[in-house]
Amino acid sequence: MLNNITIGQYYPVDSPVHRLDPRIKLILTIGFIVSVFLAQSFSGYVLLFAFIFFVSRLSRVPFRMLLKGLKPLRIIIILTFFLNLFFTQGENVWVEFWIIRITREAFLQALFYSLRLIFLVAGTSLLTLTTSPVALADGLEILLSPLKKIHFPAHELAMMMTIALRFIPTLLEETDKIMKAQMARGADFESGNLISRARAMVPLLVPLFVSAFRRAGDLAMAMESRCYHGGEGRTRLRSLKLTRADLIACLVVAGFIALVVCSGLFLPF
Amino acid sequence: MPIEVRHLTHCYSSGTPLSTVALDDISFRIEDGEFIGIIGHTGSGKSTLVQHLNGLLKPSSGEVLIDGEDLNGEHTNRRLLRQKIGLVFQYPEYQLFEETVAKDIAFGPKNMGLSSAEIDERVRYAMASVHLDYDKYAERSPFELSGGQMRRVAIAGVLAMQPSVLILDEPTAGLDPRGRDRILSMLEELHASGSVTILMVSHSMDDMARLATRLLVIADGKLVATGTPREIFAQSEMMTSIGLDVPEAVHLCRELRNRGMDIPPDLYRTAELKDAILQLWSRRKEGPAC
Repeated sequence: MLNNITIGQYYPVDSPVHRLDPRIKLILTIGFIVSVFLAQSFSGYVLLFAFIFFVSRLSRVPFRMLLKGLKPLRIIIILTFFLNLFFTQGENVWVEFWIIRITREAFLQALFYSLRLIFLVAGTSLLTLTTSPVALADGLEILLSPLKKIHFPAHELAMMMTIALRFIPTLLEETDKIMKAQMARGADFESGNLISRARAMVPLLVPLFVSAFRRAGDLAMAMESRCYHGGEGRTRLRSLKLTRADLIACLVVAGFIALVVCSGLFLPF
Repeated sequence: MPIEVRHLTHCYSSGTPLSTVALDDISFRIEDGEFIGIIGHTGSGKSTLVQHLNGLLKPSSGEVLIDGEDLNGEHTNRRLLRQKIGLVFQYPEYQLFEETVAKDIAFGPKNMGLSSAEIDERVRYAMASVHLDYDKYAERSPFELSGGQMRRVAIAGVLAMQPSVLILDEPTAGLDPRGRDRILSMLEELHASGSVTILMVSHSMDDMARLATRLLVIADGKLVATGTPREIFAQSEMMTSIGLDVPEAVHLCRELRNRGMDIPPDLYRTAELKDAILQLWSRRKEGPAC
C-alpha cells in the first residue's frame, strides 16, 4: 500500500561519484548551487545542463531517476514559469491581447527561473542519489563540527538525522500493518468527508505514536547499554580520508564555476 | 461459510527487479467447523496467505471464494465479508488505540453500525470469551494491561464482530507459558462451541498438535502437504527437510519405541502419549516383573 514511497533515495551502485568523500560532495553541491545563481545567459544554462548530464553519466545514476526527483515539483516549476511569463515587464512585445502581454524579457526570465529550479533540484538529487544517508550525516557532522566551539550540537544533529532516516521504512511498514489490522476490524480510511476521514485516522495514529515512542525508548536503552554518551571523545569506524579523486573533483567544479561566470561576462548570448 | 482458494498466486512488487513470488499456485478448501493449522518456515508466505482470505491483499492471479462468492469480484462487498472473516494479526496488541478496553473492543461492532445496546452486549460476550472480567477491566486503559492481557483485548476486538471464520496469525508469539496457555484454551473452547471455523498460523508444532483438526504445510510459497496432524507428523523427514519440526511428543514417542517400549507409533499429542505411557506402566506393575 505504502511501499512506493522512497525517501533519501540513495541509488546504490559503485561509481567515481559514489566514492567521493561526502564532505567534498556537500561542499561541491553548494558550489554548484552558487553557480546556478551566477549563470546569467543562455550559454551559462547550457553549461549547467552539460555539467548535470556529465555527472549523472559518471555516477551511473539513470537520467530518469533525476527526472523522477523533479516530478513532485512540476507544479511549482510550471507556476514559476507562467507567473514570470505574465507578470514581468519588458519592451519587446511578442503577444498582446486583453490583459495578457508577453514580452521577450518575460519569456527569457520565465525560462531561466524555471530552469534554475530544475537545476537546483537535479543537483541536490545527485548528491542524495550518490551518497548513502549515513555517509551524508557523517559528512555533515564533520563540516559542522567547527560550530561546536559555540556549543552547536553537530554530532547530536547528525545522529538524529541518521536515526530518523533509519526509521522511515520501519514506520512505513508499521503504518501499513496497523492500517490493515484496523481495516480487518471494519475501519474505513477511504470514504467520507474531511472530518470523518480525519477521525478515521485516530485508530491509525494512536497505535503508530505508541509504537514510535516504544521504539524510541528501546533504542535509547540499547544505545545507553552500549555506553553511548554523545559525541564527546567518540572515534569512528570508518574515518573519512581525502583522496586524489576528491582533489580532481574540486578542481573540475572550480573550473566549471569559473566557466559559468566567464560565459556570463564574455559570451554575447 | 466454506472458503475455497483456487490457484492463488501473489507477487510482491511485480514488474520491478525486486519482484518476489510470495505464493505460488495454492489451492485448498476449508469446511465449516474445521480448526486449520497453517505451518511453515519464516518467510514461507503464511502471513501473505491469510491476508488474502479477507481481501486485504489481492491475488496476482487465482481466486478466493467465500461461500461460493469471489472475494475480489467487482460487486463483492468486501467490508461486509471482512466482518464475517475476522483476522487477528501478529502482535495484535499494537493496534489498540482507545481510552478504555470496552471502547476498543467496541470499535469493530461500531463500524458494523450496530445499536449501542447490541454493541454493549457484543463487548460483554467478547470479553467473556477471552476470560477478561467485564467489571474489572472494561473501564481500564488498554495500555496499562500486561502483554498477554492486551493481546486478549485485541482478540476480543475481533471476536466482538462475531465472525463465522476466525483467522489468527501467530496468536501466541512472544507470550509467557501462562499467557500462551490462556489463548490456546480460549481458542479450544471457542472451537468446541461449534460456531466458528478457526485458522491459526503458528510456529509451535505442540500448539498445532493440541488444537488443529487439519494442517496446511507451506514452504517457499507452495502448499507442500495437507492432512490431519497425525498424517503430517508421521512424515517427520519431509518436515525436517523444509525446516520445520514435529511436536516434542512425536520425538519422545519414537525414542521410547526405539528403546523397545510397546506404544503406538503415531502418537503426537502430549496428553495421549502420557496416557499410553501410564497404561504401559500400570500393565508392567500388574504383570510379571521384567
